[in-house]
Amino acid sequence: MAGRKLLIENVHIPGIETYDVYRKNGGYASVEKALKKMTPEEVVEEVKKSGLRGRGGAGFPTGMKWSFLAKPEGVPRYLVCNADESEPGTFKDRYLMEKIPHLLIEGMITSSYALGANVSYIYIRGEFMYILHILEKAIAEARANGMLGKNIMGSGYDLELVVAPGGGAYICGEETALLESLEGKRGNPRMKPPFPAVKGLWGCPTVVNNVETIAAVVPIVNNGGEEYAKIGIERSTGTKLISASGNLVRPGVYELEMGVSVEEFIYGDDYCRGIANGKLLKACIPGGSSVPILPAHLVTKTANGDNRLMTYESLADGGFASGSMLGSGGFIVFDEDQCIVRNTYTFARFYAHESCGQCSPCREGTGWMEKVLHRLENGHGTMEDITLLEEINKKIEGNTICPLGDAAAWPVAAAIRHFREEFEWHVTHPAEAQIRNYGLIQPRVEEIKAL
Amino acid sequence: MIKVTIDDIEVEVEPGTSILNAARQIGGEVVPPAMCYYSKLPGTGGKCRTCLVEVAAGSTADPRPMPKLMASCSTSVMDGMIVKNKTSQRVHDNRGGVVEFLLINHPLDCPVCDQAGECHLQDLGYEHGSAKTRYKEERRTFDPIDIGNKIKLHMNRCILCYRCVHVANQLTDSRVHGVMHRGEHAEISTYIENAVDNDFSGNMIDVCPVGALTDKTFRFKSRVWFLKPMEAECACTKCSGKAVVWMFGNEIYRVTARKDKYGEVEDIEDKTAWICNECRFDKKDPSSWNISGPRKIDRHSVISQGQYSTKIDKGLKKIG
Repeated sequence: MAGRKLLIENVHIPGIETYDVYRKNGGYASVEKALKKMTPEEVVEEVKKSGLRGRGGAGFPTGMKWSFLAKPEGVPRYLVCNADESEPGTFKDRYLMEKIPHLLIEGMITSSYALGANVSYIYIRGEFMYILHILEKAIAEARANGMLGKNIMGSGYDLELVVAPGGGAYICGEETALLESLEGKRGNPRMKPPFPAVKGLWGCPTVVNNVETIAAVVPIVNNGGEEYAKIGIERSTGTKLISASGNLVRPGVYELEMGVSVEEFIYGDDYCRGIANGKLLKACIPGGSSVPILPAHLVTKTANGDNRLMTYESLADGGFASGSMLGSGGFIVFDEDQCIVRNTYTFARFYAHESCGQCSPCREGTGWMEKVLHRLENGHGTMEDITLLEEINKKIEGNTICPLGDAAAWPVAAAIRHFREEFEWHVTHPAEAQIRNYGLIQPRVEEIKAL
Repeated sequence: MIKVTIDDIEVEVEPGTSILNAARQIGGEVVPPAMCYYSKLPGTGGKCRTCLVEVAAGSTADPRPMPKLMASCSTSVMDGMIVKNKTSQRVHDNRGGVVEFLLINHPLDCPVCDQAGECHLQDLGYEHGSAKTRYKEERRTFDPIDIGNKIKLHMNRCILCYRCVHVANQLTDSRVHGVMHRGEHAEISTYIENAVDNDFSGNMIDVCPVGALTDKTFRFKSRVWFLKPMEAECACTKCSGKAVVWMFGNEIYRVTARKDKYGEVEDIEDKTAWICNECRFDKKDPSSWNISGPRKIDRHSVISQGQYSTKIDKGLKKIG
């Protein structure tokens, strides 16, 4: 396999889910190093130097997030790990937690030490109950070996780690809704400001990080932030877990160095090995269901004709007109047999189902979009419906409390932007649309101006 | 004191004031509409998105504009902030969008709704709504549930502002109703049929901006604009006893709290004059009230247009 692996290198060692095997293979070295040789500020400094960006989707620099944490006297601080991975197309955290649970726990201890948290939480998606048991077993092992509890490794640092399951709501992956849910309330996102770094869990300063982000702290502390920053391109440093799914020869979870080209990732022998059954690539969603879809001609090349790379910047190149986002790394590939209208409807249905119902544009708009798309998909749509969808999109986007509204609007907007012919074909050929597929679209390169 | 400019009008406010409250200090047309924010109930706001405004400059220190429209009820002003409400086309368009969202599933049963005439959604629809709906689907309906013999819950009309949830949190010892389910299916409900019954539960009716919570003792009795609102007072041990009685001839049809021009219950002697259920539902005999005189309804609703004001409202001019 090409490229360095920092997170899942040891996944295939038998028994790696147990403490002893994990420890023998260099596990908990970062805890030892951080607690014995470093101050919390030094750990934060290493993370800053590494250029690590949040792996949950937004890509916010982790070191900066950590340095925003308010530190008032006498108030506890919390670290919460967001393991509520529910984005359609994303399954990297599940893989990580299931195969190598001690990596997350090691990352939690090191990160909690850096932030000065004495109680930390892993908020795990309710559907991952079996992983909750894996994590609890691993926590018990870590505690038995003195990695958790009072006076860890004789450093005087105390930490309790609690795994809390959610109730199965996508919205609880939003950090403030997660905190509400963790407090035992209805998982409605909070108004921001105040941000969790000032007022989070139980009104105390809190940092919420994705599983992969916390796991990445381990190699950063072990090898140093500068070493980590050498991997990758520009502001996209380190390795990223990509969960590839769809019509690929070899879908799965891949750890790749940032900067691998998208073409290499889809067709390369080390990665997905091309589109299944010898079909052609039609479209790709590079970062989980909520990011804009890209048509085939914009997947491997940007609108400028440059090679598109698996980095935060390159995937976003061209803005929403001709780009997308790396998001959480849920790489979904569609072959020529897939119907974009149907897929868009499926996503719209998901977001309508998962909207918390708190603010009006999202509550009403997602449901409305779902119904209009249902009509279009089933051959009852009109041309006005396509315009209507665009208008609903514009009214939801940016007007909601949390990013779920945007997440619901972007895929629909992008699908219409790039696959308008297919939507129109569903209107003009309602009976045909029920029995066969539109097929590949013709690239409209001339219409998409490079930004 | 910090300076903020809203629609080219400068105002000085206390630090920490929200944009909406700063606009209310100016008054008039620059005040954004608010369906969920209620200044007397801490924690409300941010949900309906009708009060979205454009922040053209964040502050003197950081004069960059904010990229998104901000909910004015929950965004604090900064020194030198420049806000656009009426003067922004973007705000106008998006507020229209929000109103459309609020109306797509609203039953529009105003002709049989007791709230008609004092409904905030009517006002909002009048100002920002369009004449025709683009919503072709069947409107969402809920199974009716009984929440007691005093308050009628019409979930179909609800816009989920959460005000009644906050009023129950604030005024009563234990809240028995709340929001169930999520997304489109979210509804105000009691968990396993339970009557909302305590001394101050009637205030849920006063805070409801639409006709989702109405007074069962007044149900279908009269249109509000046929009634004369009168300021009245009674000796009550539970509440301030200061209320408005709505009369037809010598009969009292209903009792409400005294509300200001934003539809919020007034502060009397620095205390929000919530009224108790006994005053609201049981004292319908004029002899139990000391009626002091007509109550001016300071909102541009049909009530104030007909009765005491001879001034032609701006709203009327628009029609003419």
